[in-house]
Amino acid sequence: MNNIPRDLITCNQLNKWYGNLHALKNVNLKINKGEVIGLIGDNGAGKSTLIKIMCGVHSLDKGEIYFEGKKVNIKNPKIAMDLGIETIHQYNTMFQEMSIARNVFIGREPKKFGFKSLALLDEEKMNKESMKAINEVGLDLRSPHIPVKELSGGEKQGVSIARSMYFKSKMLILDEPTNHLSVKETLKVLEYVKSLSSMGIGSIFISHNLYHVHEIADRIVGMARGEKVCDMSKEDTTVNELIKLIG
Amino acid sequence: MLNKNKIKALLSRPEFSALAIFIFLLVIFTFVNDHFLNSRNFMVILSTYPELALVALGITILMIAGEFDLSVGSVFAVSPIVTMILIADYELHYIVSILLGLTAAAFIGFINAIVTIKFKIPSFIATLGMLFMARSIAVVISGGFPPSVPKDLPTDWLVGRVDMLRVSIFWLIGIALVCNYILKKTNFGNWIYATGENQNAAKDLGINTFKVKTTCFILCSVFAGFAGIIQSFRIRTVITSLGSGLELQAIASAVVGGASLMGGIGSAFGALIGTLLLSIIDNILILSRIDGNWFKFAVGALIVIAVILNTLTKNTADKIRLKDDE
Repeated sequence: MNNIPRDLITCNQLNKWYGNLHALKNVNLKINKGEVIGLIGDNGAGKSTLIKIMCGVHSLDKGEIYFEGKKVNIKNPKIAMDLGIETIHQYNTMFQEMSIARNVFIGREPKKFGFKSLALLDEEKMNKESMKAINEVGLDLRSPHIPVKELSGGEKQGVSIARSMYFKSKMLILDEPTNHLSVKETLKVLEYVKSLSSMGIGSIFISHNLYHVHEIADRIVGMARGEKVCDMSKEDTTVNELIKLIG
Repeated sequence: MLNKNKIKALLSRPEFSALAIFIFLLVIFTFVNDHFLNSRNFMVILSTYPELALVALGITILMIAGEFDLSVGSVFAVSPIVTMILIADYELHYIVSILLGLTAAAFIGFINAIVTIKFKIPSFIATLGMLFMARSIAVVISGGFPPSVPKDLPTDWLVGRVDMLRVSIFWLIGIALVCNYILKKTNFGNWIYATGENQNAAKDLGINTFKVKTTCFILCSVFAGFAGIIQSFRIRTVITSLGSGLELQAIASAVVGGASLMGGIGSAFGALIGTLLLSIIDNILILSRIDGNWFKFAVGALIVIAVILNTLTKNTADKIRLKDDE
């Protein structure tokens, strides 16, 4: 068991510019399998830029990323997803008019026959598997046909998580996943992130709520003005110290 | 008996309002004019119907993908003019000429896509520019007087009559069925809806939104070009003003048929119903000898009524909460 390499993702000297703005300055970050990283920082600190590079939404200007020991070039979201990096974005990535089943499988639909870009959907599999994935994240929704617009905020987030889990993610990036959720729904999401660890899934949890971050993270990484300003074990810090750090 | 589930599903369909208005007008027009509800009159309606319906179908698919095309009226002229020039002046086989005419339409659709997507220009502006450019090309390449349709040109396979119906209606039905199948049953259809509803999310989930939108732009142009060829074959002549103003009628048909200007909503069936509504209104005005200028008023009123009804039925459908056993 101990021979299995623990390195999941290693980022070396990541840099990103938006025009003249140096948004990410020589950021190094290493995440192990089963580790929960709490990523904190004020608005504009570079958190979103960092995770958008990791999930292929933004391209990297300078630096290297290694995934499971291999150097990778994550130039688009498809490559990230193929590697096993799933992201739950801060903004809504649900399609309100579409059914739950179609939302779970969007972009990676099971096919009966056809070509890569034009194939007959295996709707039976989509319906069955989407309900299974949703049940596995502890949600109880009655039908895969319900349009997502009819779900509560927490249920939508649950469908997002089910989508990530179904495709056997190795790393899950959660960008403010508890925004707009009720207390009960928030607790559910936090419990879920904790459970990722036991499945060997590494995760990055971004939140402005430092109490949430401190509760679930193994390690806390702080950012300010595009730089990494701290990287420490949860045991070595307190919520009050974190508030002072990014305040 | 319809249960709540079925009622909700029915009300949620984008073409529901158009279908309801269609049935309502069918009943009203039957009482208003004795000549309306007879097979001969409907054959008259259906003989020109495929041309507008094909354009509306292309526009609807593009609108579902979240874009818009004002150049379809000009493409409607370019394709048959290119086709006729190739047949008459270059003596190419008519099938090759038609394919090249459609390729010209596809090229215009591709340019629309590039200008809209790569240069991030709203498709309303990009295709407005193309409306003028394509119309100008139609006039310039034909010298203002396109060659006429040769008498010996085989046109029966496209516009000939089967009993009282024109063959073009079968082409329309076939194309609409394929479009419906792609939209509802394939992964590409799923991507069209996703791209139209939330392009950024679709991109972040690995969908090649550029490819999706470009395909829809090309499809929209090719349908407009094909419709233009059908019309020129039917009337056996090509004029440079062919399809002028058609873009607004096609967009009206798409909107009446339930396609949303915001993207992500619409159906192939809706495009057909929307166009049929416009066609029967036009027909009843002619039958009743009402001043033709009222047609635009009727289309305008229809758009407003259909969109209001769409919103109302959608809200009603959203309010219907289903129980677990349903």
